[in-house]
Amino acid sequence: MVFIIIIYRQGKAKQSNLHSFPLLPSFFLTFLSKRSLFLYIYIFLNFLVKNKLIKEMVITTTIPDSGEQLQPTFASRYVRTAVPKYKMPADPIPKEAAYQIINDELMLDGTPRLNLASFVTTWMEPECEKLMMAAINKNYVDMDEYPVTTELQNRCVNMIARLFNAPVGETDTAVGVGTVGSSEAIMLAGLAFKRKWQTKRKLEGKPYDKPNIVTGANVQVCWEKFARYFEVDLKEVKLSEGYYVMDPVKAVEMVDENTICVAAILGSTLTGEFENVKLLNELLTKKNKETGWDTPIHVDAASGGFIAPFIYPNLEWDFRLPLVKSINVSGHKYGLVYPGVGWVIWRTKEDLPEDLIFHINYLGSDQPTFTLNFSKGSSQIIAQYYQFVRLGFEGYKNVMENCLENARVLKEGIEKTGLFNIVSKEDGVPLVAFSLKDSSKYDVFEISGSLRRFGWIVPAYTMPPNAEHIAVLRVVIREDFSRALAERLISDIEKVMKEMETHPIRVSTKTAHVTATVDETQDGDDGGKKHIKKSARETPEEIATYWRKLVAGKRTGIC
Amino acid sequence: MVLSNTFSKSDESIHSTFASRYVRTALPRFKMPENSIPKEAAFQIINDELMLDGNPRLNLASFVTTWMEPECDKLIMASINKNYVDMDEYPVTTELQNRCVNMIAHLFNAPLGEAEAAVGVGTVGSSEAIMLAGLAFKRKWQNKRKAEGKPYDKPNIVTGANVQVCWEKFARYFEVELKEVKLREDYLVMDPVKAVEMVDENTICVAAILGSTLNGEFEDVKLLNDLLVEKNKQTGWDTPIHVDAASGGFIAPFLYPELEWDFRLPLVKSINVSGHKYGLVYAGIGWVIWRSKDDLPEELIFHINYLGTDQPTFTLNFSKGSSQVIAQYYQLIRLGFEGYKNVMENCRENMLVLKAGLEQTGRFNIVSKDNGVPLVAFSLKNNSCHDEFEVSDYLRRFGWIVPAYTMPPDAQNVTVLRVVIREDFSRTLAERLVIDIQKVLHELDTLPSKITAKIALNGENADKNVTVVTKKSAIETQREITTVWRKFVMEKKKMNGVC
Repeated sequence: MVFIIIIYRQGKAKQSNLHSFPLLPSFFLTFLSKRSLFLYIYIFLNFLVKNKLIKEMVITTTIPDSGEQLQPTFASRYVRTAVPKYKMPADPIPKEAAYQIINDELMLDGTPRLNLASFVTTWMEPECEKLMMAAINKNYVDMDEYPVTTELQNRCVNMIARLFNAPVGETDTAVGVGTVGSSEAIMLAGLAFKRKWQTKRKLEGKPYDKPNIVTGANVQVCWEKFARYFEVDLKEVKLSEGYYVMDPVKAVEMVDENTICVAAILGSTLTGEFENVKLLNELLTKKNKETGWDTPIHVDAASGGFIAPFIYPNLEWDFRLPLVKSINVSGHKYGLVYPGVGWVIWRTKEDLPEDLIFHINYLGSDQPTFTLNFSKGSSQIIAQYYQFVRLGFEGYKNVMENCLENARVLKEGIEKTGLFNIVSKEDGVPLVAFSLKDSSKYDVFEISGSLRRFGWIVPAYTMPPNAEHIAVLRVVIREDFSRALAERLISDIEKVMKEMETHPIRVSTKTAHVTATVDETQDGDDGGKKHIKKSARETPEEIATYWRKLVAGKRTGIC
Repeated sequence: MVLSNTFSKSDESIHSTFASRYVRTALPRFKMPENSIPKEAAFQIINDELMLDGNPRLNLASFVTTWMEPECDKLIMASINKNYVDMDEYPVTTELQNRCVNMIAHLFNAPLGEAEAAVGVGTVGSSEAIMLAGLAFKRKWQNKRKAEGKPYDKPNIVTGANVQVCWEKFARYFEVELKEVKLREDYLVMDPVKAVEMVDENTICVAAILGSTLNGEFEDVKLLNDLLVEKNKQTGWDTPIHVDAASGGFIAPFLYPELEWDFRLPLVKSINVSGHKYGLVYAGIGWVIWRSKDDLPEELIFHINYLGTDQPTFTLNFSKGSSQVIAQYYQLIRLGFEGYKNVMENCRENMLVLKAGLEQTGRFNIVSKDNGVPLVAFSLKNNSCHDEFEVSDYLRRFGWIVPAYTMPPDAQNVTVLRVVIREDFSRTLAERLVIDIQKVLHELDTLPSKITAKIALNGENADKNVTVVTKKSAIETQREITTVWRKFVMEKKKMNGVC
């Protein structure tokens, strides 16, 4: 009906052109049946075409669109046409409709706040959100236009460097950059080590085409990426059951003359454990003395960098150790900023080869840059500075203590069920990793699937090679995971466990399912793995778990 | 004591912001402060300091989008805490990214079937996109050379000297030699003939630019393709082309649909485009599209499996916000082909207005071309008394940020001012800018030339000379602080900071 009126209105507006057409008064139209109405419109449109009014029509196409602004969003035609997926649509749609369509589809994404898989910050103070929104159209690289933003970045670098005990004077500037995340930070740090090693080898007249890097097998996927993209051989120290971090002794054994650096992790992604950087430093110092090499250490403190200085100020893992030449930390993890900010700090200027730095000469000032990205928003940098001045040392300490406290509550609650082994350590990043004592009837992947129904996103995954028979569930305690949520999670886990224990149906579906999927599993790379089973109503989760199992070795997804 | 400490702080919440002690204590610059401060105070302090930054909307130096519809702002804010990389948890966001890739690939005429998925990724910007594309070319070339049993340690890449600094970055970080085609004073883009001459067996690709940063000109990709096809036939090599369409990628398909620069040309294997330039999204999004799966070596792809589908990833960054991806999808479906076309036509129209206004002053040579990215690059006809840098400086006082810069080697005696016409630069603003430029010219005419002024001061007082040199820093102290940080090495570098 609305449609008719619009056409009719338009007709009115151009009555001079349309005088030869029998326009019916609007109330007449209401008497017509649906079919005759359409017929009338059809004739009307035909009339327009015949009278070459079509050009007129094209010019006025914006008018019917704006006319549709009268309609409530869900009464418009846009919510019933298919959303374009492969090709850009030919015509514009009103902004309200576009907003609603996208917003509604995004409702099906998981709730970030309930995503316990990720270290990445999901809540910030509204004041900070205001600052971020105001800065969203500021391009971080336009340093000359936005000098204050650049200055705030430099202040953040200085604050972090001092937090990590970098040997800089009271008012010396530290060497470091803000990045998009720890991945970029690690690539930059790795590149600096590689270039330094190359230059040294070239000077000594030795071959420099086979660099390698020593890490634990528990490293995040980006180390593997760095190795592959920058043509460095990745030497992984294997894990063993019960010991899920890099063993410094084994690591130092693997070091050879081609090793550009040893990367230690402060806060392993798997269990949150801190690696023993101090021991590594001592062993490596000894080895360096014996061999005359000069192998440095990089500390990947992506998640632990903002925990250790506040909770374990006496733990020596940072620039207090002489071989630690660079440290990366994720601002968007326990730096308490929304995703999109990481930091890498070098011990001194000498540790960052000059030929990697680009000097941009722009409007008369020299700006050294060392990044893989160029244009990006500056919101996250500003937000990081906000957190530093807002919280201060005391505030960060309180937040981290709350996290640890809530982690302890959750851990106790899980232990009390008597069904789980706690894999994570008490000291370290506040997370609880736990595995089933008995996974013969059901496994952690099923628990993860069932928890999703309550809204919780709790990932389950297998450990890296040499410990891959252990599958764990991991809950990351972030700032915004309060005690109330922790207690609710415990009660939901209890509910799920009760359900699992008392549902004999599942066992039969399981066996049926296993036989059905044996062939499929064989197609995958590690087809030998035990397959999972799920009730019919949770098909998507089932497929997800299936694929998860197929992923070889390292966990790639969660960060 | 500790308890009462917090109590005393909460008492301060009754103070009005500017009555609190926080606005009179020095802000920590080098060390994290010991104690917390109220959020209102933190907000106000940072917000106020940021007032001294330039106004992004008046920054005519940059192609990067500074305005979006409020509806889109809402979507962006809602998804700011979503991690783009958690594909398992946020499948819809991932799906939107894939849709954007497909739409852009179709826009660039990728040889795809109706429902065939295109190969490409969303990146943080064109820099990351270019590094990924370059890495793919390098690895492909290495694999080929290895298979042929030939040495593979001296890869090179051929580009014009007008490329953005990120190509140089790519070359240095990934150990590829950058062979630059020199420019001429009257020809400020890469000459395809010279470029093809420079190609040898170690060339991993030739990079052409659609929309040179300097003057917005499109390079002749079609001619390059033709010449390179011939050369490949003669030599038996297989040198491909990459098109850096960072700024032109969202212009050409709408304004010059007949222009052949994209996957219609058989040697074009990958294209990068900045979503945050004429893709009309805030800073932090770029795209790289490959012609087909075969052009992206499998070993570079990391596979993440989510909800039953295999999600290949090929990025240098990992965790990042997903706002920009969602905003890009919003723009694509909100505007559609017609909407983008209208926006680009408006930009072009306003560019012509500005250009006509500048020509009317009779004081400028227009360096940019009419066809290409909507920007006006112009230089003073007579810069013996006052140069372009002074014009730029004086325009700042009116609030305009119009950069002046010198051209790359072999054309470096040309200095230009550049105004980028973005979506949000309306005709009113264009006319106002012309008026303000006229005012500046008048003002400069009445002033003695900078050079003579300096000499006079020199004779008068040596100390004052210093103040003249650092004149800008004196006005804008904040900038001076940053410059100090910047100054730690003085190596002359490529002009290009503009993006």
